Amino acid sequence: MIRSTPAEVGAPLSRRKRARLGDFIASKATGIAALALVALLVAFLINFALGSREGLRVLGFRYLWTTGIIAKFSVQGAFPYIFGTLVTSAIALILGVPVAVGLALFVTEVCPRRIRAAVATLSDMLAAIPSVVYGMWGFFVLTPWMDATLEPWLHKVLGPIPGFGRLFQGNTFGSDILTAGVILSIMILPIVTSISREILSAVPRELRDGAYALGATRYEVIRGVTLPFSRAGIVGASMLGLGRALGETIAVIMVIGNNASVQASLFGKGYTIPSFIAGSFGESGTNGLDRSLLTLMALILVVISLGFAALARLFVRRINQRARIAFDTGSARSAWMSRSR
Amino acid sequence: MSVGSLTLSAASRRRLTRARLLNRIFTIALWSLGILAMLPLFFIAGFVLAKGASHLNFNLFTKTPAVPGAPGGGISQAFVGSGLIVGMSVIFSVILGLGAAIYISEFGSTRAASVIRFTGDVLLSTPSIVAGFLVWTLIIAHWFPYSALAGSIAISLLIWPIVARASEDILRLVPRELRDAGAALGAPKWKVVVRVVIPAASAGLANAVLLAVARGIGETAPVLLTILGSDYISVNPTHPSDTISLRIYNYARSPVSSLHDIAWAASLSLLIIVLLLSLTARYLGARTRKAMA
Repeated sequence: MIRSTPAEVGAPLSRRKRARLGDFIASKATGIAALALVALLVAFLINFALGSREGLRVLGFRYLWTTGIIAKFSVQGAFPYIFGTLVTSAIALILGVPVAVGLALFVTEVCPRRIRAAVATLSDMLAAIPSVVYGMWGFFVLTPWMDATLEPWLHKVLGPIPGFGRLFQGNTFGSDILTAGVILSIMILPIVTSISREILSAVPRELRDGAYALGATRYEVIRGVTLPFSRAGIVGASMLGLGRALGETIAVIMVIGNNASVQASLFGKGYTIPSFIAGSFGESGTNGLDRSLLTLMALILVVISLGFAALARLFVRRINQRARIAFDTGSARSAWMSRSR
Repeated sequence: MSVGSLTLSAASRRRLTRARLLNRIFTIALWSLGILAMLPLFFIAGFVLAKGASHLNFNLFTKTPAVPGAPGGGISQAFVGSGLIVGMSVIFSVILGLGAAIYISEFGSTRAASVIRFTGDVLLSTPSIVAGFLVWTLIIAHWFPYSALAGSIAISLLIWPIVARASEDILRLVPRELRDAGAALGAPKWKVVVRVVIPAASAGLANAVLLAVARGIGETAPVLLTILGSDYISVNPTHPSDTISLRIYNYARSPVSSLHDIAWAASLSLLIIVLLLSLTARYLGARTRKAMA
């Protein structure tokens, strides 16, 4: 960054003035653009907070843990949305993070050098697929398959297990929380893999070479050196993946069944906060209370998603400072992937 | 048994074999996970290709929708709408995003730079429905009805952090010597930026824009809340509009099965567009990084 004043020392006064004026305008104009970025974050929070006030005043926080319809105002309680969001995101993390970290380990450790770049590119391309295309595939391909094949199998094999089996009971429809969770897990693969790859390659060579020199096998090195060193970074990567899963709207709407209910079974239909917002915004146009409640849900969604994203970046940044590399070299690409639709 | 020139005890031999076995199992597990993780891409792309290719025809791009069920309709208004909306969003977000990036890398202090950079990073994770909702509550509920302009504002909110972060990365890669040379020749800072830094970074900036476009075109949620959808071609930003993604979403949920076919064909075209943009962006980004290194 240049800190010097314009080096127009011998120039006529007018040219010097123009140069300084140009710099002044440029720095102020770009400064406004930069500030606007911060203002956007603030705008989200303040606008939603103000909009939720009425709903909270009328219904109170009880709205958030009511499952059925609140009779006095004929308003559906919000707990099913929160429940659905939590359960689908949990499934997405449980299924997605191990596969993503496994893929990251595969690319950094085991993959033959020549195809490494190709595999990395393929993995990143998964992030480019629009969520509506995921939704199409989910609705027309995955859901019937789940309905006809996987879910009956799960029901038969895992249903009878006491306790845990309650997750797999009931009729299968295909369009349910489980399918939504599976689609979300596929959608978070690219972001978790990409950041994990960077984290894993940040492990100092000396540590790994030392372990190999002591006679450790690749498995022992990964388990004993690489993974412990990368643990916090992988947690950070998972949090970014979680942020993606929380905010995903379109693919989820198309496969989750859209029924505001809370059930123990994964085969039940459900709702998530984003799909609720997308589904109900039209009807709430005139009704102030409905709109306010919708705004409250939007506020919750924003706070959770951005909160996790902020935490995750702090985690990852701290890891990379420890390993003394700059995270930012890859951040444009990997950050692009940490979006939700 | 000997390893190299060492002779091992029985216990060591057992440990070694066990370690090798675990290693082999682990390697197989990693290969399986690697292949498993690649499968969804091939499955999804494959299905979209298979189902969409048979219905991909010129009508899709040149005709507007026919009565549902009647043959021969297309979704040309969606392509026009997508172009209009994403085009406007790119303009907004490049002005603001590039401006922010230039401020951070050329004018700002390091403190301000890191705060703004962090904010940009966090905003990258904005759920897209929330961006649409913000525009809906601020604009549509009060002044301006559903319109292409509202949709493009919503999309800009989402791609602005992408442009800002990606541009800033590229600008930072421009070698100091170029800037110093400009300053040594007597140019004021702003002229150095406009005449030296930006041209040097132009491929990388194109990368940033392409990434933003690839994302903007695929978005559905923000436009769902702001543009209403339309069956007619329109380039007026104050009128309701349609995008490819929104059309696919609506057709997929319709009970008419011929619309499903159109949805698959549209998905195929959308996927091709997005993948082409992304691959080009990656290529440009890699080339820029190599050139600057």
